[in-house]
Amino acid sequence: MFSYCTDPSTLGGLTWLSCFLTTGVHLSFYMSFLKVLALLAITAPVALAFGFFGAMAARASFVPVSWLGKGYIAVVRGVPDIAFFLFFVIALDQLFEYVRHRAFCPDWDQPVRQGNDFIVCQAAKLPLGNAPVWIHETYSFGLAVITFAIVFGAFAANVLFGAMRAVPRAQLETGEAYGMSQRQTFWRILVPQMWVYALPGLSNLWMVLIKATPLLFLLGIEDIVYWARELGGTKTPQFTQYPHGDWRMWYFLALLIFYLLMTKVSETLLGRLMARLTRGQATSGGEAQRKAA
Amino acid sequence: MKTIILATAALAVSASFAMADAHGKTIRMGTEGAYPPYNFINDAGEVDGFERELGDELCLRAELTCEWVKNDWDSIIPNLVSSNYDTIMAGMSITDERDEVIDFTQDYFPPTASAYVAAADGIDVTEAIVAAQTATIQAGYIAESGATLVEFATPEETVAAVRNGEADAVFADRDYLVPLVEASGGELMFVGEEVALGGGIGMGLRESDTELKEKFDAVITEMKADGTLNTMLKKWFGDDTTTY
Repeated sequence: MFSYCTDPSTLGGLTWLSCFLTTGVHLSFYMSFLKVLALLAITAPVALAFGFFGAMAARASFVPVSWLGKGYIAVVRGVPDIAFFLFFVIALDQLFEYVRHRAFCPDWDQPVRQGNDFIVCQAAKLPLGNAPVWIHETYSFGLAVITFAIVFGAFAANVLFGAMRAVPRAQLETGEAYGMSQRQTFWRILVPQMWVYALPGLSNLWMVLIKATPLLFLLGIEDIVYWARELGGTKTPQFTQYPHGDWRMWYFLALLIFYLLMTKVSETLLGRLMARLTRGQATSGGEAQRKAA
Repeated sequence: MKTIILATAALAVSASFAMADAHGKTIRMGTEGAYPPYNFINDAGEVDGFERELGDELCLRAELTCEWVKNDWDSIIPNLVSSNYDTIMAGMSITDERDEVIDFTQDYFPPTASAYVAAADGIDVTEAIVAAQTATIQAGYIAESGATLVEFATPEETVAAVRNGEADAVFADRDYLVPLVEASGGELMFVGEEVALGGGIGMGLRESDTELKEKFDAVITEMKADGTLNTMLKKWFGDDTTTY
């Protein structure tokens, strides 16, 4: 990157380090931090939406919908994450391509499954076979978001389901006494009050989600843990201008600091959110706030 | 605004179809990127190594447009059969087990010698604790050799296990170990006998992809005949390496 970096073997100390830390691979490493942060920023609200609809479905009075919601929660919570990430994503990708295949290539005469192989026509490929690399990467990133959202949505659904039931019955009865319909009671009384009960569970999920991002490499996305392992590994002089021994410890130390910082920031923000949600609530926390004020 | 976006999207799509007509489809080449000198990530962050150079040359001769894709070793075959890429060039030895699931071209690297490397001399490799990468022919061999097998997900970790004493020796392709032993300054050394394993290294393809397989087979034959493959082998693996 810098002009003095042309022959790193002659450099030493900090100059060498400044060259080493700005190689192309290291820039990819730094980019992967942004990738992980973007994934968290997009996945969290999507997973929450999945959770919300899952919880709504689970407590629906129409029995089939309630089964659907409860089934989703039970099945996804029961399947190990790693199995989900290895097989579900490939299956999801194949489902998309199969649907497109039926739509775009009605005249195709060969079977889609040939032995182990899954073959669709070129026009049905997702992304198209000749698409540039960034489209392929964005697509697999999108698949990752969907998969994370489905997995974490199931846990969130269970948390929200419990939170909805924790809102005191008297609150809902009061709403009904004012002549509100069931829908109105749900949106105006139940939903605003349930968050305070849901937040501890949701904050747990958020912390687990932060730590689950290394599963990304199973989906072909190069995340921070992949790069730390790759960059920290022994580099022999034949294949790099910057040979070094096993430095994985230092790279993982950097990750440790990153994760600890994420935890600290999350805790601060969640603490503030909790204080905000507690205000005026019929909980011991809300009571304490009222007395202190 | 919406119409503009739609128009651009439509334009982009039709443009990519036009490109498709001109160049044919892009062949996506899957690799692991963690097994020097076969394949690794260079300082610039690109796939590099013997297989990169060979693969690019093969594509050039077969008049194909190719691009490289990195994938985890564990899911490298499932993603091939699911058509997420079209070939595997990842130092993958041709074995009967793999041949049942995917197809291989003829070998572009002669049957390899695998070797043991340890941190101390005089280790009995038939009784020691030996590290090998998961789902490789080396791991299969160790499991049957009487030694205790410890498996790791990446080649790097197998060598690290010997360095930190977790395993007595590591068993891997000799060509992967040579640069590591040379760079270790006497810390690591070859022990025991070399073992010839597998049917050479070939390019993995889907079983239904016979047309692509024929194309690559033809250019590999061509490169073997005119000696360019041997030059490439010597460049990456030294003058003593087995050639065709």
